[in-house]
Amino acid sequence: MTSTLARLFAAALALCADAALAAQYNLQPPQSVIAREIYDLHTLIMWIIVVIFVVVFGAMTYAIVKHRKSVGHKAEQFHENTTVEIVWTVIPFLILIGMAYPATKTVIAMKDTSSPDITIKATGYQWKWGYDYLQEGISFYSSLATPRDQIEGRAAKGEHYLLEVDNPVVVPVGKKIRIITTANDVIHAWWVPALGIKQDAIPGFVRDTWFRADNPGTYRGQCAELCGKDHGFMPIVVEAVTPEKYEAWVKEKKAQAQKVAAADAAPEKKWTLDELKQRGEKVYAANCVACHQANGMGTPPAFPPLSGSKMVNGPKGPHIDIVLNGKPGTAMAPFKHLSDADIAAVVTYERNAWNNKTGDMVTPDEVKAARK
Amino acid sequence: MEAAHAHDHAHGHAEHAHHPGGIMRWVMTTNHKDIGTLYLVFSLTMFFVGGVLALMLRAELFQPGLQLWRPDFFNELTTMHGLIMVFGAIMPAFVGFANWQIPMMIGALDMAFARMNNWSFWLLPPAAILLVVSFFVPGGATAAGWTIYAPLSTQMGPGMDLAIFALHIMGASSIMGSINIITTILNMRAPGMTLMKMPLFVWTWLITAYLLIAVMPVLAGAITMILTDRHFGTHFFNPAGGGDPVMFQHIFWFFGHPEVYIMILPAFGIVSQIVPTFARKPLFGYSSMVYATASIAILSFIVWAHHMFTVGMPAAAQLFFMYATMLIAVPTGVKVFNWVATMWKGALTFETPMLWACGFIFVFSMGGFTGLVLAITPVDIQLQDTYYVVAHFHYVLVAGSLFAIYGGAYYWLPKWSGRMYDETLGKWHFWLSMIFFNITFFPMHFSGLAGMPRRIPDYALQFADFNMISTIGAFGFGLAQLLFLVVLFKLRSGPKAADKSWEGAEGLEWTLPSPAPYHSFETPPVVK
Repeated sequence: MTSTLARLFAAALALCADAALAAQYNLQPPQSVIAREIYDLHTLIMWIIVVIFVVVFGAMTYAIVKHRKSVGHKAEQFHENTTVEIVWTVIPFLILIGMAYPATKTVIAMKDTSSPDITIKATGYQWKWGYDYLQEGISFYSSLATPRDQIEGRAAKGEHYLLEVDNPVVVPVGKKIRIITTANDVIHAWWVPALGIKQDAIPGFVRDTWFRADNPGTYRGQCAELCGKDHGFMPIVVEAVTPEKYEAWVKEKKAQAQKVAAADAAPEKKWTLDELKQRGEKVYAANCVACHQANGMGTPPAFPPLSGSKMVNGPKGPHIDIVLNGKPGTAMAPFKHLSDADIAAVVTYERNAWNNKTGDMVTPDEVKAARK
Repeated sequence: MEAAHAHDHAHGHAEHAHHPGGIMRWVMTTNHKDIGTLYLVFSLTMFFVGGVLALMLRAELFQPGLQLWRPDFFNELTTMHGLIMVFGAIMPAFVGFANWQIPMMIGALDMAFARMNNWSFWLLPPAAILLVVSFFVPGGATAAGWTIYAPLSTQMGPGMDLAIFALHIMGASSIMGSINIITTILNMRAPGMTLMKMPLFVWTWLITAYLLIAVMPVLAGAITMILTDRHFGTHFFNPAGGGDPVMFQHIFWFFGHPEVYIMILPAFGIVSQIVPTFARKPLFGYSSMVYATASIAILSFIVWAHHMFTVGMPAAAQLFFMYATMLIAVPTGVKVFNWVATMWKGALTFETPMLWACGFIFVFSMGGFTGLVLAITPVDIQLQDTYYVVAHFHYVLVAGSLFAIYGGAYYWLPKWSGRMYDETLGKWHFWLSMIFFNITFFPMHFSGLAGMPRRIPDYALQFADFNMISTIGAFGFGLAQLLFLVVLFKLRSGPKAADKSWEGAEGLEWTLPSPAPYHSFETPPVVK
């Protein structure tokens, strides 16, 4: 009796292990209606394919084994048969109709982005994502959180290597979330496999898609459209939480934003060089490091060095301008979406880091003036 | 290749003493066989160049983390691997086959425009040099993917311009080659060789040549617009100036989808020559094969946007392109059924060409099946730009086009060179390629399904096992290709080939001596 139970237990364990393994060989376990429909469509088509495969290659294998010259088979000379040819044209056609019907229903469901509960704009940047919660008024950037040391093999790789970000997208479960995509520079694609959505983010255009997360959890995806050097390093993380937790998160984010804005805008605020440099180093790490590198040496010629650069060591004006407005025709994108304080900080940092020792301080007021 | 040398010796010098010798013979040649050889040697060279790039990128992907290359150089590798394989290896190989075989198969003396033939080949080496040299210009080669989507491609350095020039030149070469092929087929067939008596290889090339003429100018237009966007202040694809990045994709894939059939239809033709020979039985459903090829070609013009299901088309457009794409399964299925029916109740033997042809039918069909999976819009949206797509198109391009090219090469090498190749080596070449091909590309289906995007130099840990297997397979596959060089090298000392090198071979080329004389048919044969 005990041994039977033990065997049953072992079998159950093996099944679980298989299920975990199966996730590696198949689409990720679906976490939304659309993802489930996609999963089922794929399974259906796989079975149809398996049947066709067995029939066609069963016949071919039979011929290879039985109709060989070496087993003494004599070649027959038939070379057409209208009935057979019509049959094997019509049958595939009917199978296709059988496949097209459920696929059509899913396409229409995927396209229905009407009456969402929450609308989030996802903007692709080289190489991070920016998110704007349109009704809530929350905005933030979301960049890769995996340390360079792990990527370059100086540290052990963590569990969510390359699939972790500093600021995840937080959504409530059970609510229809409409994602609007666009891009700042080149085409990116916003893709979360478990939620069954992938939508290109195209500069100058706005596209949309939707999902409704069934269960709380963390769902990870990546940019799916080649977008340059760090295409492999701009993941997407969606945290689906209970509606209560979501409300709390929204409140917290808003309070945070207000605090920062108030502090930056306070007219009496006196910035010091060190304060700006410290803040600038963080802004640099989040926005500039991918191209210009932590050591300021860039990766020439596409991404020029800042350390020792004539531009950075020259007058402040052109330096502020290139950070604000970018340089058309090059990979240098405009960063005017950053706050005055952030731009002031990063310009100050650049002018005083590495081999640059200008001793200059750029204040948010100067940036504000330069915007006009 | 050895082929040309061998026949040079075999033929003495009386009949073409007026030709210059040495290197100038190859530079000035207007002979379809010499030019065919040049195309094939060029293609083999580019195949090894593109292969080395593939191994370089597979080496980086052996383990997670960045070990060998910077991410931007990795992108250069994927881009140039694609461009070189498509435009430098596969397409010229088929033109090489066309040059060698079409005049012999339709009973003609040579190609219709002999001098243009010379020119269309000699455009290719400069184009290849531009592509390879672009690695060494500031900023390196283009890293925008072989699809060179705007606006990413407008960000690239001068390597992009070199690639654009190279594509222009290769496009011009393809168009000239196609004009030559169409004119030859339509005007120079032997008496009695009606269109519906032409060997299927000739038919597939006739249709392919029309496809090339239709779409190469479209590619030329797309890349010219990129060029003017880059340098002359136009805004075709720049949204800040009112341009449309999605328009680039429409134009590119209007070229790109027929392009994939340009790379597979001649392969269908080669397989349709090989299978009847080794089944000792006529091709089943000849006319339906012709109609299927034509339908595939026509359908190829109305399915382009299935490469772009994620750009956010309206539902109606997604549905149209899904249905049209699914339809292609019907004529493709007809072809596979016909090949199996040709083998059915034959007297099969499995010399190397037949192994490649059977391998082709089996593995190409798997690529066809995954094509059907990808045709389903919702599933495609999940799988687009993942390794599943990488697996899919390598199943149709490597196991499809490349296997057919090898099959054709082993099949006709005796006719070209007058010598039999080493059968044992040929079989080793096939089996190692077949096994390592599957070790390389089959796991990519799984990594794609599990969510690994393509064109990334580093990946999350759950993809590590499959990538390691793929890399091992890739190196095995690459090494196995060196066997083909050994086969070619040993060809000189192979036994002499009979005029009809294969027992079951049918067709005009087998009525000529082996190696085939410098001018194929000085007096046209009469086909009954």
